[in-house]
Amino acid sequence: MKYLDEYRDARIARALAAEIRRRSSRPWVLMEICGGQTHTLMRYGIDELLGDSVDLVHGPGCPVCVTPLETIDRAIALARRPEVTLVSYGDMLRVPGSDTDLFHVKAEGGDVRIVYSPTDAVNLARSFPDRKVVFFAIGFETTAPAHAMAVLQAERLGLKNFSLLVSHVLVPPAIRTLLRHPKNRVQGFIAPGHVCTVVGCHEYEDLVREFRVPIVVGGFEPIDLLEAIRMLVVQLEESRAELENQYVRSVQYDGNRPAQEAVARVFTIADRKWRGIGPIAGSGLFLKPNYAAFDAERLFDLADICAQEPAECISAEVLLGHKKPTDCTAFGTRCTPEKPLGAPMVSSEGACAAYYQYRRHLVTL
Amino acid sequence: MPPIINTDATSLRSEPASSSEPKDPAAFSCPLPLPAGERILLGHGSGGKLSAELLREIFLPALGNPVLDRLEDQAVVALNGIRLAVTTDSFVVKPLFFRGGDIGSLAVHGTINDLAMGGAVPLWLSAAFILEEGLPIESLKRVVVSMQLAAASADVQIITGDTKVVEKGSADGLFINTTGIGRVRDNVSFSASLARPGDVLLVSGFLGDHGIAILAEREGLQFETQVVSDSAALHTLVADLLEVTHEVRCLRDPTRGGLSSTLNEIAESSRVGMELDETAIPVREEVRGACEMLGLDPLYVANEGKLVAVVAPSVAQQALHALQSHPLGKDAAIIGRVTSDHPRMVVMRTPFGTTRIVDMLSGDQLPRIC
Repeated sequence: MKYLDEYRDARIARALAAEIRRRSSRPWVLMEICGGQTHTLMRYGIDELLGDSVDLVHGPGCPVCVTPLETIDRAIALARRPEVTLVSYGDMLRVPGSDTDLFHVKAEGGDVRIVYSPTDAVNLARSFPDRKVVFFAIGFETTAPAHAMAVLQAERLGLKNFSLLVSHVLVPPAIRTLLRHPKNRVQGFIAPGHVCTVVGCHEYEDLVREFRVPIVVGGFEPIDLLEAIRMLVVQLEESRAELENQYVRSVQYDGNRPAQEAVARVFTIADRKWRGIGPIAGSGLFLKPNYAAFDAERLFDLADICAQEPAECISAEVLLGHKKPTDCTAFGTRCTPEKPLGAPMVSSEGACAAYYQYRRHLVTL
Repeated sequence: MPPIINTDATSLRSEPASSSEPKDPAAFSCPLPLPAGERILLGHGSGGKLSAELLREIFLPALGNPVLDRLEDQAVVALNGIRLAVTTDSFVVKPLFFRGGDIGSLAVHGTINDLAMGGAVPLWLSAAFILEEGLPIESLKRVVVSMQLAAASADVQIITGDTKVVEKGSADGLFINTTGIGRVRDNVSFSASLARPGDVLLVSGFLGDHGIAILAEREGLQFETQVVSDSAALHTLVADLLEVTHEVRCLRDPTRGGLSSTLNEIAESSRVGMELDETAIPVREEVRGACEMLGLDPLYVANEGKLVAVVAPSVAQQALHALQSHPLGKDAAIIGRVTSDHPRMVVMRTPFGTTRIVDMLSGDQLPRIC
């Protein structure tokens, strides 16, 4: 496949890995933020390729994983209402709420649909004016523009039966929380390339200055990640802390302005709770008051639904990079993708699920 | 009186089959670890872990017997010294018509293939139709004609059938159930439990074509080159393979759940590990592209005209050549081997020289969000 195979080339990968091993004088602790990047690292066995030259820990960037349990319970409550069609990305359906998941609600007769794009949800609302169509809008800065556009489109069409259940989170406040944590051990970050494609690099430059930590904006293919790791190791070995962009084929310094404008028009920033981590100040996007008519939380009065995380799960320590999934005593035994105890095991992009899916032959359970 | 069918417990397994004592219906209790109130999910039909759970926890405790317990794609039973393969399958594909086939030809091919994977020469099929009120007669006609063409070109006869009509909304257009009967060749006995360390794994061609053709049709996806379903009857390919060697341990057609589910089933049943070479697995460029776009893994995508063969190492090259000499196997490849390491796990060597697990599908394969 053109534009992909080049970034999966084994010869280049081995050369990059050899260079990283040669240059690294100690096992630098590096974190990739995005779940898509975690998935690639595990799928291609980059950890195995790099040996002890770096210590890879995995960040909180799986949007499905960090969606709070109570938000999932709210989606489930909505899907159970006879007048509601709940529309979602596929991988949210398997995520267990407090007592069930959306697949089971669908099996009970709930109207739950999977789409690839929020535009499909708008089209459903147009086609079925008698149904209340709620789109489960989750994700980071990457999916926010499409969700904003869906709201703007629904407004333009004058739709009264379309709304969003919003659970949007922002990456930089999470990195800040992580770096301020007394137990932080992360020495360099691979920033999420698709998030930066939308928002640009400004905020990451601020983080570099504030914490004197090197950050490389990275892509999602194995060569992208090896290249980003190499750039981080070189910076660390030279005692530099700069923002660098490995993912130049997608990320421009200022990001995508029209996308940013759409998000700014529809959403506002406020505190948001992350599953497995807890509340983080200024880390969430919420619909602005003038778009309240599209806000499912207001329309359906869901505020009473609350939930408690299972106590055994060490997801906070995993998501903050303090521990690896395999450090957990429940990993692969009491906690599996079929019966997850917490956030990082629930989606294939979560760190625990990625370890379980691809790497468990290398660990003793 | 119906004929008494003697189960053939000696030919398929090296170890004796479990007790054939009939169960006392009064003593029967279904051990149901599934929590009460659980319901059937779409994932129970995906051929992955949930499907296996249904078998293990619902069907086998109630219906188990030495033939069924083998969990092969076909039952092999003996009648007056003649070994017969019997299989049944239901077809619920949506849309009814797709590039490379339709529900009718698919039903015929799928049933023939389940017989062929047991080393049988397919002879007779049944066809039962569940029709939804309102289905255009023209659609039914097209499907039935297509079944006739598929059966005729495979030299099998459809010898019995049934039709039921259900109210609009109680089915999705048209469902077909088929049963197939074939005669098992002498001196062959294949089983998913017979794979041994050192054995070689082959596939007969490109993987994922059927699943992607269906998805493309369903989602209205357009690619530069259209992916066509690989739906085909594989009995002549199997015949050509068996011409050159009988050192075949197991044949399977990797339908729903794809290659990964098939290999995991064999690994589980034979209590062996498997090691695949990622670079050797044939996947078309268009299928890889579609999977990238949709967030799917081609190893989990369905095939309807491919087989997986586990063969003794000494005959691997002959087997490969036999497959490649047949039009339906021209892109066949050796994709890995059976190992005593990591029993019950399928592990893939990546192009980088690292390894990763190829797990059984848990639930349906879902597109990832980013």
